[in-house]
Amino acid sequence: MNIHEYQAKQIFAKYGVPIPKGIMAESVEAAVEAAKELGGPIWVVKAQIHAGGRGLGGGVKLAKSIEEVRELSDEILGMTLVTHQTTAEGKLVRKLYIEDGVDIKDELYLSVVLDRKLEMPLIMASTEGGMNIEDVAENTPEKIITVPVDPTIGFQGFHGRELAFGLGITDKVEQKNIISFAQKLFKLYMENDAEMIEINPLVKTGSGEFLALDGKMGFDNSALGRQPEIAAMRDLTEEDADEVEAAKFGLSYVALDGEIGCMVNGAGLAMGTMDTINHMGGTPANFLDVGGSANAETVAKGFEIILKNPNVKAIFVNIFGGIVRCDRIANGIIEATKITDVNVPVIVRLDGTNAPEAAEILKNADIANLIVGNDLGDGAAKAVAAAKGN
Amino acid sequence: MSILINKDTKVIVQGFTGKEGTFHAEQCLAYGTKIVGGVTPNKGGQEHLGKPVFNTVSDAVKTTGATVSMIFVPPAFVGDAVMEAAEAGIELAVIITEGAPVKDMQMAKAYANKHGMKTLGPNCPGIITAEECKIGIMPGSIFKKGNVGLISKSGTLTYEGANQVCNEGFGITTAVGIGGDPIIGLSYNQLLPMFEADPETECIVMIGEIGGDLEIQAAKLIKEQITKPVVAFIAGQTAPKGKTMGHAGAIVSGSAGTAKEKMEALEAAGVTVVVSPAEIGKAVTKALSK
Repeated sequence: MNIHEYQAKQIFAKYGVPIPKGIMAESVEAAVEAAKELGGPIWVVKAQIHAGGRGLGGGVKLAKSIEEVRELSDEILGMTLVTHQTTAEGKLVRKLYIEDGVDIKDELYLSVVLDRKLEMPLIMASTEGGMNIEDVAENTPEKIITVPVDPTIGFQGFHGRELAFGLGITDKVEQKNIISFAQKLFKLYMENDAEMIEINPLVKTGSGEFLALDGKMGFDNSALGRQPEIAAMRDLTEEDADEVEAAKFGLSYVALDGEIGCMVNGAGLAMGTMDTINHMGGTPANFLDVGGSANAETVAKGFEIILKNPNVKAIFVNIFGGIVRCDRIANGIIEATKITDVNVPVIVRLDGTNAPEAAEILKNADIANLIVGNDLGDGAAKAVAAAKGN
Repeated sequence: MSILINKDTKVIVQGFTGKEGTFHAEQCLAYGTKIVGGVTPNKGGQEHLGKPVFNTVSDAVKTTGATVSMIFVPPAFVGDAVMEAAEAGIELAVIITEGAPVKDMQMAKAYANKHGMKTLGPNCPGIITAEECKIGIMPGSIFKKGNVGLISKSGTLTYEGANQVCNEGFGITTAVGIGGDPIIGLSYNQLLPMFEADPETECIVMIGEIGGDLEIQAAKLIKEQITKPVVAFIAGQTAPKGKTMGHAGAIVSGSAGTAKEKMEALEAAGVTVVVSPAEIGKAVTKALSK
């Protein structure tokens, strides 16, 4: 789960990570009031969406008067922002963050991410702030400092020194400031079950202080149950409505731009099904994992979500029944076709426990549009042919 | 022969009396697995499925001599359960539970490593040595005894792969589900050498997916150490970037962890890489007839 910049900064503030003063606003009037309260003389008007690259997309602008705050807020609020991290359709800006302008001397980069190889959090820093860190990693990898922190010992002095010296910070006060900054950031990373924190840029002011000018945070979905304050920060308007709806029924759904709807049990097999369709010359319309206990209700919901997509020309149901018996799933599919009006060919492949019984049930069901696939390859081939109208 | 577990392996179940624990322990017992007891706090002294229940893993190990624990406790308690198993001297913890917080797994795995306890999972179907011992949730009936070892991040792809191998007339030595989480226990690089050393295993199937770089590390190891034929499939060639595909760890971050780079690395290491899981069975047949 991701949160907005203004929310990340609330968490930063709670842990004493220095940030410029700022106020979230959902209307132009509120933005103007916020600017007045902050006092100026310079403000930054920032679009709040769950994507990076907002500045380049025209969603972050500098204002030198209250009037300018009003004009810019009016311009940005309600705009559809397209950045390299959004889809081509972009994202509607519903919230602004009005922030004090900062005297910037240097722009740095600082992040904490999970290093899957080391199996521990990794602090990454760079003197190349304000740039896309992937580009920095590609072009000038020597400018990225990485400091893994073993969570069983936590953030120690040496981690801080590696960071400060790595960034070439020689002034003792500045060293102390950056070490304290990173230490607090690591603490909040651990305590809030964060998956990643990225501050780009982290700025050094004229007086040698370090401030988080931006803040991006993502959290471990598996830990949200014990992080109620974080869970409450979820903004559903930033997420795909179909994915959210599917999740309510225990389905894992991701929309794609092809023509063949897929309903599969298990994430690996679901991806493998998409790959097989693709390999046979078709295009998958979605990823959909119905989970280990597919039943009539979840299958019906799956059909409903898949059929919302007007591009879908056929549906491939690919279930490998393990503990869940195939005959029960076959009955579930028949029930589901009664609940939901399925108006495209449905190719069903059921394998595993009680597969022959399931095949018999489907054969006798006499449902128009229903085609039986004998195995994964056969089912995918039939789905590709059906989508092409053959 | 087999790897890690066989007909003599003594197993306890953590989360024994819960709904999932009960159902699957029953299935494992029916398969022939030597489940010698289970652990549920405050139910020590009772009997469940005809086996003794203990309050702590330590009690269970001391009384039964179990070396493997199958863990079914709810996600929030997985870290605790794994560390308890490690402390009690369990040699292998098979973690079935899905949805354990990543932070807990970092701590638990570090602690397991310190105690020399191996772990599998979390979020995995478990491990099965065909016709001997099943520790997990897979349908036992599809795993016929044979000469193919299988390692997979995905549950249903494990079944798909094993089923195809058996339909081709071969069978499985041991099939291991390693799980699809960002932090997992035993992985390709620990399991591949075990299969290499197992005299009955003649071919290895490895099933991976997008995210992380375990498959890339495996390619390196295969090139250097594995002489047996390896057939691989990597799920998610058509997955979009930046989206979590069902498994918490199945995500292409930036340009890293794509199926393409993993497939290329494995191919360069001499592995037979199939583009669809539908081709696993045929590829195994080809590898074994060489």
